[in-house]
Amino acid sequence: MNSNTKHTLVALVEDKPGVLNRVASLFRRRGFNIQSLAVGSSEQPGLSRMTIVVADDSTVVEQVRKQLDKLINVVKVSDITDEDTVARELALIKVKATASTRSEIIQIVDVFRANIVDVALDSLTVEVTGDEDKVESLIKLLRGFGIKEISRTGRIALTRGA
Amino acid sequence: MKKTGAQILCESLIREGVEVIFGILGGAVLPIYDTFPQYPQLRHILVRHEQGAAHAADGYARATGKAGVCIATSGPGAANLVTGIANAYMDSSPLIAITGQVARPFIGKDAFQEADITGITLPITKHNYLVTDAAELAKTVKEAFYIAQTGRPSPVLIDIPRDVQQEEAEFVYPDKVDLPGYKFISQGHPAQIRRAAKAINEASQPVIIAGRGIVISQAYDELKELVEKAQIPLVSTLLGIASFPGNHILNLGMLGMHGTAYANMAVQDADLVIAIGMRFDDRATANTKGFAPHARIIHIDIDPAEIDKNVPADIPIVGDVKTVLKALNQEIESRDHLDWLSQLEQWRYEHPLPDPELVSGERGDELLPQYVIRQIYEATQGDAIIVTGVGQNQMWAAQHFIYTKPNSFISAGGLGTMGFELPAAMGAKVGCPEEMVWCIAGDGGFQMTIQELGTIRQENTAVKIAIINNGYLGMVRQWQELFYGRRYVDTKLWNPDFVKIAEAYDIPGIRVKHREEVVPAVDKAMDYPGPFLLDFLVEPEENVFPMVPPGESLAKTLEVPKGLASLNG
Repeated sequence: MNSNTKHTLVALVEDKPGVLNRVASLFRRRGFNIQSLAVGSSEQPGLSRMTIVVADDSTVVEQVRKQLDKLINVVKVSDITDEDTVARELALIKVKATASTRSEIIQIVDVFRANIVDVALDSLTVEVTGDEDKVESLIKLLRGFGIKEISRTGRIALTRGA
Repeated sequence: MKKTGAQILCESLIREGVEVIFGILGGAVLPIYDTFPQYPQLRHILVRHEQGAAHAADGYARATGKAGVCIATSGPGAANLVTGIANAYMDSSPLIAITGQVARPFIGKDAFQEADITGITLPITKHNYLVTDAAELAKTVKEAFYIAQTGRPSPVLIDIPRDVQQEEAEFVYPDKVDLPGYKFISQGHPAQIRRAAKAINEASQPVIIAGRGIVISQAYDELKELVEKAQIPLVSTLLGIASFPGNHILNLGMLGMHGTAYANMAVQDADLVIAIGMRFDDRATANTKGFAPHARIIHIDIDPAEIDKNVPADIPIVGDVKTVLKALNQEIESRDHLDWLSQLEQWRYEHPLPDPELVSGERGDELLPQYVIRQIYEATQGDAIIVTGVGQNQMWAAQHFIYTKPNSFISAGGLGTMGFELPAAMGAKVGCPEEMVWCIAGDGGFQMTIQELGTIRQENTAVKIAIINNGYLGMVRQWQELFYGRRYVDTKLWNPDFVKIAEAYDIPGIRVKHREEVVPAVDKAMDYPGPFLLDFLVEPEENVFPMVPPGESLAKTLEVPKGLASLNG
């Protein structure tokens, strides 16, 4: 494994007050750097699934995984980086649009199979879902028109099949 | 039957076998204290500062192997526990800290004496709870004791708002816990154990590093079997010092920054390190880059997160030390390692620890701290529990007392907490009243929790206190001398007359200035039926040697430098 590869950790955690704080506090205290963290309900009542992206060498990430596993409210945690996974993130991008640029933006959005979710006189808001490369590419193309705001969820992931 | 939260707490503690609670009351725990008279089997010891309560419970836990319990009120009371909780966390001691919290409607409003103690103690507890419903209290206590005392022991904090203590709920104590996110592995993986056994059987220069995990797991016999069957020399970490007899021929003493030169040489020359119940703390390994350069490493520990954390392991075994060693011993072949052992004996002969007798003889009449420690050993013949804080006094106590009895050394290892010694010694004595308990204190550390003399007198806890009084924050002064050009910035202490202080607390004491007074004073302290204080005015600038300078590897162990000795003398 190359050093500082992006690792995806998926944790099943109890849905209790303070659990996010416990996880975040652990990262801060041990000096681990979170690239993104996404959390939401899982298929099991009372449990949430957290997807955490960490860019560090494998030894450090393994230490992160083991420390996370020690938290009482973390039921299960796996590093799924080397597994066959489906990973997506969602981004909302508010881009400047004038009468002359609007149609060009819409064309780009179509190519990316993204959606226009809000139209205003001087802007369009685009919703895109995909892996980070796709999101990054779209942002890069839209940058030329002038981006007003971006909001991204960070990666969520599941292993394929089974 | 319905009971109040406070009653549920007391009932639950009794079901967990709790006999003693160390604490101080205050507004947010008044309902709990108000129910204590209903439960006379719970002995409450009123300390003078909450830090003392946490250290005392920690000392109690380490001496007895059972969870120690401390209690404090909300806000400042809870915050004062923090050092004690952090200390217990670093040394894997099962501590239950109970704190009062402001009533539920006031939480988050910056109410009088409110502090977010669950937030504050997040990184220094194995787990913590804010109980918001009296009906959850029994289950919470059950879980807390289970988590604190199983796997790798650690502190657990339970924060209970005042109105939850008063609220009534049905009391049912659960039989078992349901913690899907908590697991620990006791049995080592058989394939790993086979690999380890093969490595041990093939090694020609093996060495064992024994840590506190052996004490926690009470694996003394299993360790001894391994050492003797395969004739493997042993070194120990500071907290592993009483895991194996100090007078055993194969025991080379402590390794590390102030370890024996021959223990460090053994590790540096070994072809196999068998690390048992230890976590490769930097004071033990020195610079890990040069640590045991020729050795493969077997690492046995119950905490998987310790594997590869500081020093990568070639053969990791996750499991309970006692269980793993039992299995391992069955696959170990007898060996004699004659060449290796004779090499080590030669090093032991050529590079001995500074001999307290010899050093005194050379320097005339000075009272040397090493001599004091050795005389306490001679007087007790090792049949005592030694409790220390941190610093020079701790290192001399580690080097010059011979620990022949299992679990006879209790010390603020990982956190290195000044002020641990007195309350922890009190807690140890409360937990083991039949044992002789000696508190070895520095004059600096002693003054950090000196007020617990009041508790000791009130409870008539027969702790013997030896202050190694050099008038300095000694270890810091030693660093200033060696690494900061002998600039003694703010390390010199004006001290009170500790014997007079003790007398003010109605505790007898003797001030000892000369070598010949040591033995009679120690005898007198031991013969006295209650607490007793000895104030040893030792050579102010005596240093702890050997020493590995900070940043260096164990290969750079300095023995007593002749130049420095004359500088001091």
